[in-house]
Amino acid sequence: MALILKNVRAIDPQVNLDEVCDVLIEGDKISQVGKGINAEGAEVRDMIGKVLVPGLVDIHVHLREPGYEQKEDIQTGTCAAAHGGFTAVCAMPNTLPVTDTALAVEYTKARAKEVGKCRVHVSGACTKGLKGESLSEMGDMAAHGAVAFTDDGRGVQTAGMMRRVMDYAVQFNKVVMSHCQDESLVGSGQVNEGVVSTRLGVAGWPAEGEELQIVRDIALSRLTGCPLHIQHISTERGLNAVRAAKEEGLKVTCEATPHHLFLNEDMIGTNYDTNFKVNPPLRTIADNQALIQGVVDGSVDVIVTDHAPHTAFEKDREFELAPFGMTGIETSLGLMLTNLVNPGVISWQRLVELMCIKPREILRVEPVSISAGSTADITVIDPALAWTVTEEDFESRASNCAFIGYDLVGRATDVYVGGVATMIDCKVQ
Amino acid sequence: MAFNHKNLIDITEYSAEDIMTILQTAQSFKAVNERRVKKVPTLKGYTVVNMFNEPSTRTKSSFELAEKRLSCDTMAFGGTSTSTVKGESLVDTVKTLCSYKIDCIVVRDKHAGAPYKIAQTSGLPVIDAGDGKHQHPTQALLDLYSIWEAKGTLEGLHVGIVGDINHSRVCGSLIPALKIMGATVTVIAPNTLLPARPDILGADYVTANLDEALPELDVVYMLRIQMERIEDAPFPSLREYSLLYGLNKDREKLMRPDTIICHPGPINRGVELDSYMADHSTRSKILDQVYAGILTRMAVLYLLLGGNDGANS
Amino acid sequence: MEECAVKNVCMDADEIERALTRMAHQILEANKGCEGVALVGIVTRGDVLAKKLATKIKEIEGVEVPLGALDISFYRDDFSIYIAPQVLGSNIPFGLDGLKVVLVDDVLFTGRTVRAALDALMDFGRPSCVQLAVLVDRGHRELPIRADFVGKNVPSSREENVRLYLDETDGRSCVEITQLDAGQRAHSLPLSSKEGE
Repeated sequence: MALILKNVRAIDPQVNLDEVCDVLIEGDKISQVGKGINAEGAEVRDMIGKVLVPGLVDIHVHLREPGYEQKEDIQTGTCAAAHGGFTAVCAMPNTLPVTDTALAVEYTKARAKEVGKCRVHVSGACTKGLKGESLSEMGDMAAHGAVAFTDDGRGVQTAGMMRRVMDYAVQFNKVVMSHCQDESLVGSGQVNEGVVSTRLGVAGWPAEGEELQIVRDIALSRLTGCPLHIQHISTERGLNAVRAAKEEGLKVTCEATPHHLFLNEDMIGTNYDTNFKVNPPLRTIADNQALIQGVVDGSVDVIVTDHAPHTAFEKDREFELAPFGMTGIETSLGLMLTNLVNPGVISWQRLVELMCIKPREILRVEPVSISAGSTADITVIDPALAWTVTEEDFESRASNCAFIGYDLVGRATDVYVGGVATMIDCKVQ
Repeated sequence: MAFNHKNLIDITEYSAEDIMTILQTAQSFKAVNERRVKKVPTLKGYTVVNMFNEPSTRTKSSFELAEKRLSCDTMAFGGTSTSTVKGESLVDTVKTLCSYKIDCIVVRDKHAGAPYKIAQTSGLPVIDAGDGKHQHPTQALLDLYSIWEAKGTLEGLHVGIVGDINHSRVCGSLIPALKIMGATVTVIAPNTLLPARPDILGADYVTANLDEALPELDVVYMLRIQMERIEDAPFPSLREYSLLYGLNKDREKLMRPDTIICHPGPINRGVELDSYMADHSTRSKILDQVYAGILTRMAVLYLLLGGNDGANS
Repeated sequence: MEECAVKNVCMDADEIERALTRMAHQILEANKGCEGVALVGIVTRGDVLAKKLATKIKEIEGVEVPLGALDISFYRDDFSIYIAPQVLGSNIPFGLDGLKVVLVDDVLFTGRTVRAALDALMDFGRPSCVQLAVLVDRGHRELPIRADFVGKNVPSSREENVRLYLDETDGRSCVEITQLDAGQRAHSLPLSSKEGE
């Protein structure tokens, strides 16, 4: 059945599109984009005042299934993704068992097909069991559809092992995504080392513990020719290293999370709110500003959420014992619109690059554009919708989010994946 | 003048006036402790739980005695008998304790911030008896009392703190408390024993050279080297530590005649202090500090638990 | 410090002096002199009155009786709802065992202060007897307590506060009756900061 989204401001820099028009969807494809489209028997939805973009993709999400279904599972996680405006996510491999075999890749794909509310791209572990000791079966996983490799949650500790990972992965033309954390420097670090670690009396997680591995992995990318993607970058110096690598022409990209852009260590109060405990930790205001500058100038390639759901009881405990991570997939777009797009810090075009175009490029998956013939993965956004982040509003099973209580302007209202509505009027279908 | 605190968790929430009220109240309790009947009926009918989730002998016994001398019922909860050992969360443990209808929780925990969690969960007055390497406010108060009693004032004093500042919850409270009271603080330690930002605690000066600092000091506060962690200590040996940072008879010539020595105990003789300094009849205030622990803890319990049921006119 | 409308000045400085002189004589008469007698005043102001009584006894008998000050903060029965803004501490520099202790207070009202003071005294020692001397008895007892020596009986309402001011602590000497506002509690005035030890 055909569907016409009428009078919507369609934005897609890939096809130099930014105008109020109609979009006709037939089957799983966009069949026409233009003014005054009519099609017999088509359902017509008036989208006046809204913005239509290629479907958002979050390439750093923890769906927790299999193994940690009390935190989240593929059904709740993908519902949350749809609710946040996403048409696809990339699932991290730190499940139980770890996604380090083709079997595990197939399991996630099968579950996603059965219960998912968005596309789920699967990343496989670089090393068996994320232990950093021996290579996982990357070839088999790639053959079964793994789109990228990462040991996210831990850094690969030795340079020798990381070199082997990248040397081996390069043959599959897949990106290696790196969580940078030198354990000999970070130890039991809980928050950024400095003012707040001193004030709270907890172990510090120094910026250098991240930056050293960023610099190391860039060198290894140069050595091996393997594409490298730096995950959840959090410091100015780390970003400068990525900038230099790009200028050199290396295949290096990086991502930043809304919490590293908009939250900093000073917000961790003496109440030891564990929702602010994330890895890498919240850094300084200066780092916030540097990362935002990177978002503006293109040094930061993509926005991801590192959506890391945990149960309430796991977070409701001593700061040092609580797990790292916060959810984010339902607040990411609203935060970007409220803090960067609406005030004019970045353009809509830049937002589409950060959240729609670049993520697909990095994962090397099929591009989506707002043009005839493209797969109909579409996100429709109401840029003026004011809302407050509340626990009740979340589709995620978890609510460990430091943005609860924030007043935001702008959110996704309608999402189509392959022409099928996964959200209509802010309601997940 | 009104003392309006419900908890003693973070000393930085206390003003100079609040701290002075505690010290003066402690002084009144000294008169009580000098009597044959060292007990007053003030907290009769109150139940205080001493929740020590980490081994402690001195602080625990000091609190217990302070509570008993105020006539409250005390219950020890923790150590190897804790349900946290059985996997119960701190929050559930605290909820269980609250069901006993208790009035106050004194907590020692190896995790920073645990007292906040307990206060938040219980809604009861909570006294931090040491949380991780964060704070140990009653230790700071008893130190202030001892220094105040010996020197007659706190304002304008120059206090040097020597040793493992980084792992010291004592410093987490003592340095800010000294600053609140108008003292100058120098921390003396190698960088490996310093937190990332000693200035954030309030330290005015940082040096690794004890000999250069000693002549300036009114008070030398020697921290304890934690022998239980000596295996991965960030200094080469006890011998070298003692050579560089030990206070001994040879170093006395660098001290002013009226400079006093404090130590939170227990002392490692021959490491932080030699016996000559530890037992010095005029300089060493170490045993006075132990006594001050009873007095200040009585004062804190008295001030936190009193006047809470209704409006204070 | 709240200022209330003064309804009545029921004792002026001269009256206070005369009452204290009479009480000193009564104490000596009741105890057949001052042997074994000690005065213990309840802070604040009872201790000042005790000192004045001791001076008068010295003038009459030529003997200095032992003099102490008792702070009852730690013995109050209303601790949970009210704590004194400042604990001044007790100072009883002599043993109480076997002494005839005259407890001195400014205004006798509910009797709860005296109850607390009796408990406190017992923790200092075992006097052979305790007598009570008050400058003003305003009635409204809530406990079975009576004074042995009274400067003046002042009938009052529960809605009134009866307060003693003394030269030594307040710069003027008188006993005043004021009206209490709703919810205000009757108590003696805290010492102002000019009070020196």
